[in-house]
Amino acid sequence: MSVQLSLTVNGTTAKADVDERTLLVDFLRTQLALTGTHVGCDTAQCGACTVLVDGRAVKACNVLAAQVNGAKVTTIEGIAAADGTLHPMQAAFKECHGLQCGFCTPGMVMSALDLVARHPNADEAKIREELEGNLCRCTGYQNIVRAVAQGAAAMAK
Amino acid sequence: MYSFELKKADSVASAAALLAQTNGKALAGGQSLVAAMKLRLAQPGTLVDLSGIRELSGIRRDGDSIVIGAMTRHAEVAASKDVQAAIPSLASLAEGIGDRQVRNMGTIGGSIANNDPASDYPAAVVALNATVNTSKRKIAADDFFKGLYETALAEDEIITSVSFPLAKKSAYVKFPQPASRFALVGVFVAQTSSGVRVAVTGAGPSVFRAKAMEDALAKSFTADAAKAVRIDAAGLNNDIHGSAAYRAHLVPVLASRAVTAAG
Amino acid sequence: MGANETSVIGQSIPRKEDARFLTGAGQYTDDVVMPRQTYGYFLRSPHAHAKIRSIDVAAAKAQPGVIAIYTGADLTGVNGLPCGWLITGTDGKPMNEPAHPVLAQGKVRHVGDPIALVVAETANQAKDAAEAIGVDYEVLPAVVSCVDALKPDAPQVHDAGNKCYTWALGDKAAVDAAFAKAAHVAKVDIVNNRLIPNAIEPRAVVASYNRAEQAYTLYVSNQNPHVERLLMTAFVLGLPETKVRVIAPDVGGGFGSKIYLYAEDVALVWASKHVNRPIRWNCERSEAFVSDAHGRDHVTHAELACDANGKFLAMRVTTTANLGAYLSTFASCIPTILYATLLAGQYTTPAIYCEVTASFTNTVPVDAYRGAGRPEATYVVERLVHQAAVDLGIPQDEIRRRNFIRKFPHATPVALTYDTGNYDATLDEAMKMADVAGFPARKAEAAKRGKLRGLGYASYIEACGLAPSNVAGALGARAGLFEAGEVRVNPTGGVTVFTGSHSHGQGHETTFAQVVAGRLGIDIANVEVVHGDTGRIPFGMGTYGSRSLSVGGSAIVKALDKVIAKGKKIAAHLLEAAETDIEFKDGKFTVAGTDRSKAFAEVALAAYVPHNYPLDKLEPGLDETAFYDPTNFTYPAGTHICEVEVDPETGKTTVVAFAACDDFGNIINPMIVEGQVHGGVVQGLGQALMEQCVYDASGQLLTGSYMDYAMPRSDDVPGIKVGTKVTPCTHNPLGAKGCGEAGAIGAPAAMMNAVHDALLATGVKDIQMPASPHRVWKAIQSAKA
Repeated sequence: MSVQLSLTVNGTTAKADVDERTLLVDFLRTQLALTGTHVGCDTAQCGACTVLVDGRAVKACNVLAAQVNGAKVTTIEGIAAADGTLHPMQAAFKECHGLQCGFCTPGMVMSALDLVARHPNADEAKIREELEGNLCRCTGYQNIVRAVAQGAAAMAK
Repeated sequence: MYSFELKKADSVASAAALLAQTNGKALAGGQSLVAAMKLRLAQPGTLVDLSGIRELSGIRRDGDSIVIGAMTRHAEVAASKDVQAAIPSLASLAEGIGDRQVRNMGTIGGSIANNDPASDYPAAVVALNATVNTSKRKIAADDFFKGLYETALAEDEIITSVSFPLAKKSAYVKFPQPASRFALVGVFVAQTSSGVRVAVTGAGPSVFRAKAMEDALAKSFTADAAKAVRIDAAGLNNDIHGSAAYRAHLVPVLASRAVTAAG
Repeated sequence: MGANETSVIGQSIPRKEDARFLTGAGQYTDDVVMPRQTYGYFLRSPHAHAKIRSIDVAAAKAQPGVIAIYTGADLTGVNGLPCGWLITGTDGKPMNEPAHPVLAQGKVRHVGDPIALVVAETANQAKDAAEAIGVDYEVLPAVVSCVDALKPDAPQVHDAGNKCYTWALGDKAAVDAAFAKAAHVAKVDIVNNRLIPNAIEPRAVVASYNRAEQAYTLYVSNQNPHVERLLMTAFVLGLPETKVRVIAPDVGGGFGSKIYLYAEDVALVWASKHVNRPIRWNCERSEAFVSDAHGRDHVTHAELACDANGKFLAMRVTTTANLGAYLSTFASCIPTILYATLLAGQYTTPAIYCEVTASFTNTVPVDAYRGAGRPEATYVVERLVHQAAVDLGIPQDEIRRRNFIRKFPHATPVALTYDTGNYDATLDEAMKMADVAGFPARKAEAAKRGKLRGLGYASYIEACGLAPSNVAGALGARAGLFEAGEVRVNPTGGVTVFTGSHSHGQGHETTFAQVVAGRLGIDIANVEVVHGDTGRIPFGMGTYGSRSLSVGGSAIVKALDKVIAKGKKIAAHLLEAAETDIEFKDGKFTVAGTDRSKAFAEVALAAYVPHNYPLDKLEPGLDETAFYDPTNFTYPAGTHICEVEVDPETGKTTVVAFAACDDFGNIINPMIVEGQVHGGVVQGLGQALMEQCVYDASGQLLTGSYMDYAMPRSDDVPGIKVGTKVTPCTHNPLGAKGCGEAGAIGAPAAMMNAVHDALLATGVKDIQMPASPHRVWKAIQSAKA
């Protein structure tokens, strides 16, 4: 059984006929070769697969691609400027050493963008609370939290 | 996961008809269902996608009630000015469900239809004496949750909305299971128009009203009164995260904190 | 930037590797795509212990999309998985080394033990087919506790019995004599809880065979490609090493769990030739829980003999260690060589005796996990020290000061010689950072809110920079532990560094570039660091044991020495001066006492375009390789102080503050070092407060996913204060000691000592990790009763 998909991914229309079981993360990684979105678990608890669907953070591993048919999806590959200039949130992660192995990072950055959209002035406690859906095993979170605060401040300018 | 047929419904009536015809499962936010299907723990032959049914979304104030459409996402309930003004405890409960990604997809209808023993909404529905509106009827809170993952819904019945009467005072306090962060025990305390109601989730196979707690708080709506109540551990959940005795102990602790938070 | 040796060393330069990670351009194993690739799926045992009477794959083979199905019987000519460290028991005999088959041979010994490999066109088809495989099991009773496994009536995991070895270190007679005279003996009984490393990238493989070259390529999420290759080819598949190229591309964390030669890696490589198509495999997370090597799992009784003033006279430790169902690659040395040798801690304790018995159980194999033996040792030592201080009424910092080693080098009674350190400095600084002076007031304020505050210390030491090969060999290692580095200067002056170390989060592409740029006086942007590919790098032992900078970095320094030495010869020729008159500084070769010089880039170009060049004396080119074998371990050390607040009504423990002051020797990039400490401390917090791998009596894993295995999240942890003191390592050219594991080593002891301190007033004397809310509440209730 297959479904006909038509979504906008990082500003470009993506159309395909896929198996109905195709998760959004599989569609992105396999069909569209956007491998920046990662799979870290099978119980939708690590958040490494987080992308934005119509501007809202969603775990791409826990959503059928068919559920977001017609939506606008943004992945980590879609947030830097066309000339390669990093998005302020990406830049903040680099300056603050908010990543080590990099595997949780795309999901963490996308989650942070949703966080900042809803809570532009989040303090440290709020940031920590709002990032609870994203696991990191390397950084101990401290520099990630600093990066999100710095990224938020830069985005507010 | 196993193969299935995906049908997108455009109205409540067609969704109910599809469920009846195919013996399928309704797909709301998918946060529980898709997860179960990925692990091959659920294998519905047909999924009926409800996300296109407009009449199922929206939050409105209706006299002394807040009516929340079944497909309303947790994040919307949390952010709703109407809910925050009328029943702030409900907005704050929604804000604490899962994590931000889950809240952007998960729905109130999906959550209460699933009736996970550790989920938050059932405690709100029962404590606030809400009414579950379906494609067939209206079901009172006390009649809706039947047991472990079991509700009063028929196979082809769809929740359309939940009506929450405003309460004089209410609050929800959850003690999370350290791994899943579902409620190890969650207690919702409400002073409703029909008296004090206390609903407990996470502690038993399904949400239940703590009658002894309700009686004590009806006499004296204070944190100390709540703390003095002894809950029987018999029948409560027992697992590696907490014994039945621990859960029984937490109920009055959380109830007293809820009373304080209720103001 | 950076023409001066000091201008990049010691600088917190943002990482070069971030560019690809932040834009989704990282290439992890599952991102590798090959033409005609197929999907592999392993059928695993649902039973902890069972005989396999028969396996029927006929129905499964007929399923759509199935290309092949292999079981243990098909793997003819494939040996079992080897263990890289031979431990000799107290009886003088070598350890019990049962066979570790790649796919089950007649018996399964843990839930998750792989039985069959299905190769199919899609992942779903492979899984569907696996479900159709019929296995007839004769279920046997299981044993999960390492202590129970040694009882006479325990189910036998292996024919030769459940005991792998009993091993000992130290002077028992001296220890017994000291205990006989001791004024006080502090005692602890400890369970060091079994943990699951859970790197966020699950293990993954893409294996392929090339018929033209008759050679394999293995992409694998791994920490040490050359070791993986050597073990697989020499010991298991019987192939020349050169016939397998192992590539560990970007790896999403390892923490030890990706060191090992796993059954899956071998089976997939072997099968790729038979199906003649690439096979990809991703370990699902719930699968990882039953197949990645676990960590820790010790049961220990320990005693510390003191005089009346709290001076340590002797220590004795008896440990039972769980190896799981099979010997994993380094498993045997974790509870012995990497454990008992650290029992002196930072202290002058003159006599120590440790006896360790390691047993097999029907659980997943156990091997190194961040800290590997040193967290276990530190926990024993620092819990004993804490207890002694409480027993004798001596303040926690004071009892440590009374016993610190102050004279270096210091030979401990447990085989190691510490080169240098300053334990007072790190303790003093940690106390300032933790505002120990203000603790009584904070404790009183918390008490008003009905909460219990506690303060805990851990003064830890670790042996890192594995290892001097001759020492390791004498202790049973079956491999050398040197490192290799090649510095290839390119004709246009940029430098490519090939290192046997591997970066899976540690930032070597930046820190190693800093070392090279700093030394050669070139722009760090022009230094490229290549790692992780046996096809490009001569050799390497990989990254674990906090060894990369001290051993891998030192190999690079040695190679740089050779480059500069050759550069001087070239410069002497170009400058028509004597070689002995040439100095190299700030990126320039200068004739001493003059301003005549040649820049590094000019010398590099001359080496590759040797028109004005001493061809009669010197080969062209500028490309040097060095192998560095350390002469000692390195000894990072420090003090961690943790402050907790316990809510006695719920049992919940919150870490309100954590201060770490560590001595890692010379530091190349402070930002990266701090990040390592943060990450290690939070893993330590995980062990102390929430993580635990739980098996039921029948060997079923109850904590089989993140639903039940609690991992620290951003709101579980406080801000961590990090400070450093520096006493450079005396025996490697960088003076670096290593920093990757320190947090995981010191934190559990600091946190649990704090919890014990907080609970003292409730009457709780003793509580095991993890101090989950449930466990703390139960302990408080028991103390009341």
